[in-house]
Amino acid sequence: MHTNPALNFRSYFALSSAKNRRRWIGWGFLAPFMVVFLFVLVAPVIYAIYLSVFQNKLVGGNSFVGLANYTTALLDPQFYTAFLRVALLLLVQVPIMLVFSTIAALALDSSRLYFSALVRISIFLPYAVPGVVAALLWGFMYGPQFGLVGNINSFFGIRIPDPLSSNFILVAMGNIVTWEFVGYNMLILYSALRTVPKDLYEAAEIDGAGTFQVIRAIKLPALRQAFVVALVFAVIGSFQLFNEPNVLKTLSPNVISSNFTPNMYAYNLSFAGQQFNYAAAIAIVMGVITMIVAYAVQVAGIRRENR
Amino acid sequence: MSAYKQNGATEYDAGSGISSRAQTISKSRRRRTVGTPRKSVLLTVVMLGMVVYSLTPVAWLVINSTKTQASLFSTFGLWFSGPFALWDNIVTTFTYSDGEFGRWLLNTILYVVVGGGGATVIATLGGYALAQFNFPGKRAVFAIIIGAIAIPGTALAVPTFLMFSAVGLTNSPWAVILPSLISPFGLYLIWIYATDAIPTELLEAARVDGAGELRIFVSIALRLLMPGFVTVLLFTFVATWNNYFLPLIMLSDSRWFPLTVGLNNWNARPPSAGGELITNLIVTGSLIAIVPTVVIFLLMQRYWESGLAAGSVKE
Repeated sequence: MHTNPALNFRSYFALSSAKNRRRWIGWGFLAPFMVVFLFVLVAPVIYAIYLSVFQNKLVGGNSFVGLANYTTALLDPQFYTAFLRVALLLLVQVPIMLVFSTIAALALDSSRLYFSALVRISIFLPYAVPGVVAALLWGFMYGPQFGLVGNINSFFGIRIPDPLSSNFILVAMGNIVTWEFVGYNMLILYSALRTVPKDLYEAAEIDGAGTFQVIRAIKLPALRQAFVVALVFAVIGSFQLFNEPNVLKTLSPNVISSNFTPNMYAYNLSFAGQQFNYAAAIAIVMGVITMIVAYAVQVAGIRRENR
Repeated sequence: MSAYKQNGATEYDAGSGISSRAQTISKSRRRRTVGTPRKSVLLTVVMLGMVVYSLTPVAWLVINSTKTQASLFSTFGLWFSGPFALWDNIVTTFTYSDGEFGRWLLNTILYVVVGGGGATVIATLGGYALAQFNFPGKRAVFAIIIGAIAIPGTALAVPTFLMFSAVGLTNSPWAVILPSLISPFGLYLIWIYATDAIPTELLEAARVDGAGELRIFVSIALRLLMPGFVTVLLFTFVATWNNYFLPLIMLSDSRWFPLTVGLNNWNARPPSAGGELITNLIVTGSLIAIVPTVVIFLLMQRYWESGLAAGSVKE
């Protein structure tokens, strides 16, 4: 084919300059995200780190103290009781929640349920309820006066232990968190189950595997990645717990202290105490711990997979 | 729903001798147990237990929003009784204390539209850029964003408050809107979605025809990205609607409260001089606060399910 060399050259030139321009056009689309990202995510972290290495004293004013706030935090009994409390919640509540989520996901995936669409929607529904409303709602229901607990007590003439008393408050809170997220985790696990190729089940059936063998040999291994995701969210949610205790505090102010969770502690330090530098240090310590544990969960998940 | 299910399940090669063996045999065999197993009453009953657990608090809320303050305290919680006061409750909720509830509702809508909507637009532009363009520094940007997904939003609340108060941004709607504008998860979702849904040749063809990049994005890419866009919009909607910690620490003036902060403010408010309790208003207000998110989740099932699937399964 005969082509005009001049035209060819021109089109080549046009193309290469377009390519050059397009090298930067990607940045144009990404720029709004990056600008906001820097302003609301990177800058606050840097500013918090900056704050955390200073101390503001009545006498002497603002002074650089290095890591003193961090050593204080790590030795602060108020901080580590808060930390141990959320760690306990994580260790007890999360496994219970994930067991229920897994059972529900397996049941949905088995196609043996009547009304399975209704079951799925109903169990997921609490996720759409704001955490604050969930805490208010359960808080009212826990109430011995007009709540369900009060109703049950007066109906049966018994005394269920008050869920909002100091012995049971963690259980009461764990229940609220479980209620909110059991359906969410169920759906994450359910989506993972649906990517299992049907052939595998047919093969297993031909080999004479029973339902529980199929669950153990095919379904549970297929859920590993989804478990890791659910666990990471649960770790973050537990370590960063704030909404539920903060709302329940108004219902039982004597039971829920201002340092009930690390986040509540940081919040109360910066508001009630005006100890911004120390609050920044606590927030950073907790953020780092959360990220380390979340990362460890991921690494453990991958290592298992390779074994 | 069903189209989505097929997408997820087909085109997957089990890659073993077992699967081909299964295929050959299954042709000559009814696939009753695998395709449509018998329904189980026992399993359904067990699951109904979980359904009851999940729905009881919502039912409690609906039932008790129909009660007067007096019957709320004196009657059984899980059944209707006393005068039907739902409409009275709704009216009082909106008129109580100079109608601040209505103001909080409007604030919430403002935060959702500008914050959640803005986050979706920004994430869509960024995700499109990551999927369709090569540019200097892309790899670094990608690593940073993946790292940022792991940073819990609540961990940032106190640092963000400290910085915003240093630059004088607290106690204004911007203090709530600006931090809501970022959705690393949304960006990630759109990026995955745009990689699959937009054929690069289509964009090249439009470029050859002389279309500008912005026009290509608006008239071609955005249309193809719509399902992903709606999914992200849904998630940012719920996140901003439910947002509590951030507005709580940012705002001291109740005129800017969203519903979540306002409701707990009512709850924490000591009884007025006359000892008047407003529990019925808090209950009704809570019901009003969950209606939009519940309705949206029910109507847009397909979108949130695909979003959850993308977030958990795709690597």
